Amino acid sequence: MLRDITLGQYYQTESVIHRLDPRVKLVGTICYIISLFVVNNVWGYLVAALFLALMIHLSNVPFKFMVKGMKAIVFLLLITVIFNMFLTPGEALISFWKLTITKEGLRLAIMMAIRLSFLIVGSSVMTLTTTPNNLTDGMEKLMNPLRKIKVPVHEIAMMMSIALRFIPILLEETDKIMKAQIARGADFESGNIIKKAKAMVPLLVPLFISAFRRANDLAMAMEARCYRGGDGRTKMKPLVYKKADRIGYLVLSIYFIVCLSIGKICEILMGMILGIMMSVG
Amino acid sequence: MGIIKAVDLAFEYIRRDEEGNVEGITRAVDGVNLDIQAGDFVAILGHNGSGKSTLAKHLNALLYPTEGTVFVDGKDVKQPENIWDVRQTAGMVFQNPDNQIIGQVVEEDVGFGPENLGVPTKEIWERVEESLKAVGMYQYRKHSPNKLSGGQKQRVSIAGVIAMHPKCIILDEPTAMLDPNGRKDVIRAARALNQVEGITIILITHYMEEVIYADKVYVMDGGKVVMQGNPKTVFSQVEQLRELRLDVPQVTELAYELKKSGLPLSDGILTMDELVKELKLLKKK
Repeated sequence: MLRDITLGQYYQTESVIHRLDPRVKLVGTICYIISLFVVNNVWGYLVAALFLALMIHLSNVPFKFMVKGMKAIVFLLLITVIFNMFLTPGEALISFWKLTITKEGLRLAIMMAIRLSFLIVGSSVMTLTTTPNNLTDGMEKLMNPLRKIKVPVHEIAMMMSIALRFIPILLEETDKIMKAQIARGADFESGNIIKKAKAMVPLLVPLFISAFRRANDLAMAMEARCYRGGDGRTKMKPLVYKKADRIGYLVLSIYFIVCLSIGKICEILMGMILGIMMSVG
Repeated sequence: MGIIKAVDLAFEYIRRDEEGNVEGITRAVDGVNLDIQAGDFVAILGHNGSGKSTLAKHLNALLYPTEGTVFVDGKDVKQPENIWDVRQTAGMVFQNPDNQIIGQVVEEDVGFGPENLGVPTKEIWERVEESLKAVGMYQYRKHSPNKLSGGQKQRVSIAGVIAMHPKCIILDEPTAMLDPNGRKDVIRAARALNQVEGITIILITHYMEEVIYADKVYVMDGGKVVMQGNPKTVFSQVEQLRELRLDVPQVTELAYELKKSGLPLSDGILTMDELVKELKLLKKK
């Protein structure tokens, strides 16, 4: 049962986005998040929405998978919206009992809601189209310059990929220990939270012991296969930029520039339209 | 000198109490001398705690000998500069298949060793392909190791070692956690490597059925080598093996019991065919 869980939320299909270099997708996601917090007018959000829609369309991943990620933050979203709505001072729109909804508050609430949901959907485009393995590879390569300031980039990436590899194994083990404890009369189901938490102790202790034993074995196996850190190591699947990745960066930078200057462009356009109308009138 | 030579090898585990004082010393390996010829299939037998795994870890420099030393392909494992050469020459497969697979995809795991050795990318792919084919796992190259059976995982581990082009492979109880089918597959793969590629195999096990094809058998007890020879000579000493708490293969035991009750059979019968042949001969007489 636990064997079948998928890691991360990778959605297996064939698309342009899937084939992109993980570095492009990582940089793209970061740029997109920054752009969401930089823009502050309707036109900017429209561009961001269009860009996101285009990416979702290109990724061939059904839209419902994107929205799945939203479920986790519904609560956070609600709190943000409510607090912004009621607690921003300004011109009152509606007021009842002791609460007032202000015009500024409403505006801010809508803006935050859009930002947050775009942010979640935007980053799920990345996690849905990139295998965890590819993602760690991309991170290692992107963070490589940090090695100069003694950040153990290779080690971090190696730890992440080993952790990913051992998640299903440890889950299976948890399942096994749980069954063994249930067979001997342990009760994980009933009682209040404190009781349930206490019931987890006989589960966690053997799990930790076994995890340490596995770590010891794995370290020995890695050494036996001549692992000695990142220096002098070659890659079986090196990351190489292809034509599509260059186009990806190009599209990304165009989007970013448009997003940053959309306010100005609109102002100028509006000015021109107004000017024309005035002169006609 | 053979490919692996141990000279008066000894290793002590030192147990310490919480303050770090020495509580006791266990001599896990005690004065072992081995001389293993290139291309041989060697089996090391012994019950739990006989020191066979500790011995194995000396053969590729995972443990540092307390006394004596080991030469792997003429290189002394006690010299720190030899460690990586030794580990490349003598690859090692461990007992638990889950705890030695590093990659998340079969082919990536097999590529891990060559990556560490700094082999160029193109050659890594060639090595991965040939080693997966050698153990019959090529069609699983894109699978996740979590979805393979124990025997398949163990064969992937063997492929991971072969990809480093070793001269010798040490298998430390590779079948202890497998079902009978997986056990057969792993042993078959190891024998094929020995016969086709000429790789020296050192198989550590306590399953007697696995050692009947070996060229040489060492039996260990209490950290010492107590018996050695070809399987026939070792298994003809049924009483002595029983004293060491080791079983003999079922057929050998049957032949032994028959002989004890009066049938004139020869010593150290290892396979069913041999026994049938001898019994037929007796019937004719």
